[in-house]
Amino acid sequence: MLDKFALLGFGDGGWGAALLQGAFTTISIALATLPFGLMLGLIVALGKRSENIVLRALATAYTTVFRGVPELLTLYIIYFGIQILVQQVFHSFSIPPFVAGMVALGVVLSAFSSEVWVGALNAIQKGQREAASALGLSKAQAFRLIVFPQLMRVALPGLGNNWMVLLKETSLVSVITLQDIMFITTRANVVTKEPFLFFGAAMLLYLIFSLISAWGVGRLEARANRGYAAFGGATR
Amino acid sequence: MNWCDYPGYWVGSEVLQNYGCRMAGGLWITFELVAISVVLGFALALGLAVARLYGPKWAQAAINGYTTLFRGTPLLCQLFLVYYGLGQFRLFWQDVGLWWFFREPFYCALLTFTINTAAYQAEILRGAIQSIPRGQFEGALALGLHRWATLRHVVMPQAMILALRPLGNELIVMIKSSAVASLVTLIDLMGATKLAFSRSFDISIYLYAALIYLVLVEVIRQVWDKLELRLTRHIALR
Repeated sequence: MLDKFALLGFGDGGWGAALLQGAFTTISIALATLPFGLMLGLIVALGKRSENIVLRALATAYTTVFRGVPELLTLYIIYFGIQILVQQVFHSFSIPPFVAGMVALGVVLSAFSSEVWVGALNAIQKGQREAASALGLSKAQAFRLIVFPQLMRVALPGLGNNWMVLLKETSLVSVITLQDIMFITTRANVVTKEPFLFFGAAMLLYLIFSLISAWGVGRLEARANRGYAAFGGATR
Repeated sequence: MNWCDYPGYWVGSEVLQNYGCRMAGGLWITFELVAISVVLGFALALGLAVARLYGPKWAQAAINGYTTLFRGTPLLCQLFLVYYGLGQFRLFWQDVGLWWFFREPFYCALLTFTINTAAYQAEILRGAIQSIPRGQFEGALALGLHRWATLRHVVMPQAMILALRPLGNELIVMIKSSAVASLVTLIDLMGATKLAFSRSFDISIYLYAALIYLVLVEVIRQVWDKLELRLTRHIALR
């Protein structure tokens, strides 16, 4: 039994270093996707609230599509789709799996986070914008200086949820040969024929990431709410 | 021509016509997987949620650990652990006469999905039960209702209305997540689509599959909205 656990170690024939590398890739793609997905989500959310009916319809269609299609399918469509499109222009070009994974996960994240952003934007009272405009701030300035700082506090629980979902979704990028935790453990299984050990280890790694994330999100929320404690508002 | 050849024929897509029947078969597998696992998961979640709230301390801790584990790890990882990992103990399963179950990717996917969705649904139900005002319990107690009677006749009917929307979302998430079943050699809708793509190299088949999933999800969303409207017509929720 003990020599089985040596397979997870860093010694000869141990997969410890490879697993750490995989864990690093998982974290990297999740962290790389996060800002991209959240920014895109905010833009989509602003589109949904726009006065322009075409923009509104486009933003709504975008979220409907990417919230309704399985992430795995989105991943394949973007990976193979971009590949085929680009190959028609430049021959023998292959898109790096990291970029394809980032775009696919980011697009899905943007669709889901836009819902959170819309909810948060609605929670900011109209008077805030009116007061900003009365002070002579432009629309962009009002958004940047008045609305956005208040937005984060309201949006944080939802966005934290989005992050946890994203972290788990990164397991799918192994199918487009990105060497994340699932890719490494699958290969380790093929070599060592110890699937229970390795997929168990993968479960543990993901669980640790999730627990750390939950703790981190809680801390962030407490920080974002620190000004509200005096009113007995929602704090942790 | 079979009925399942027609959609491809109508839209004039050769690949959809060639693989239409396989995709219809895959759609049926997806449907079976999701329908069975969500219903079984719901039954399981009811017990778990009640035990999590009113059970003995050790049961509460165990259920807490269970939901944390299965909500904190990817479904794909759980599926691989069940299908490949538990399949490793073949001799043991043969001894206890369960090898027929763990040999089949369909049953493994069904088991994994059920366990997974039960964890999510248990948390949804727990939240719903917890948000029922205390006065409801006290009122029932004052009327001399037994604990079970209180739960069954007073708390649950109200909690289910609160849980309706998140449960609908969970159903939709399960339909989408069920696509990972294709990664353990199961020919569900996603698996049939991958097969069609690997033979035809026609990317449009993925777009048709996306359309099918989209229609599926939208139909469920609409039906669920109607259901909610009907079940809540006696209270002004909106």
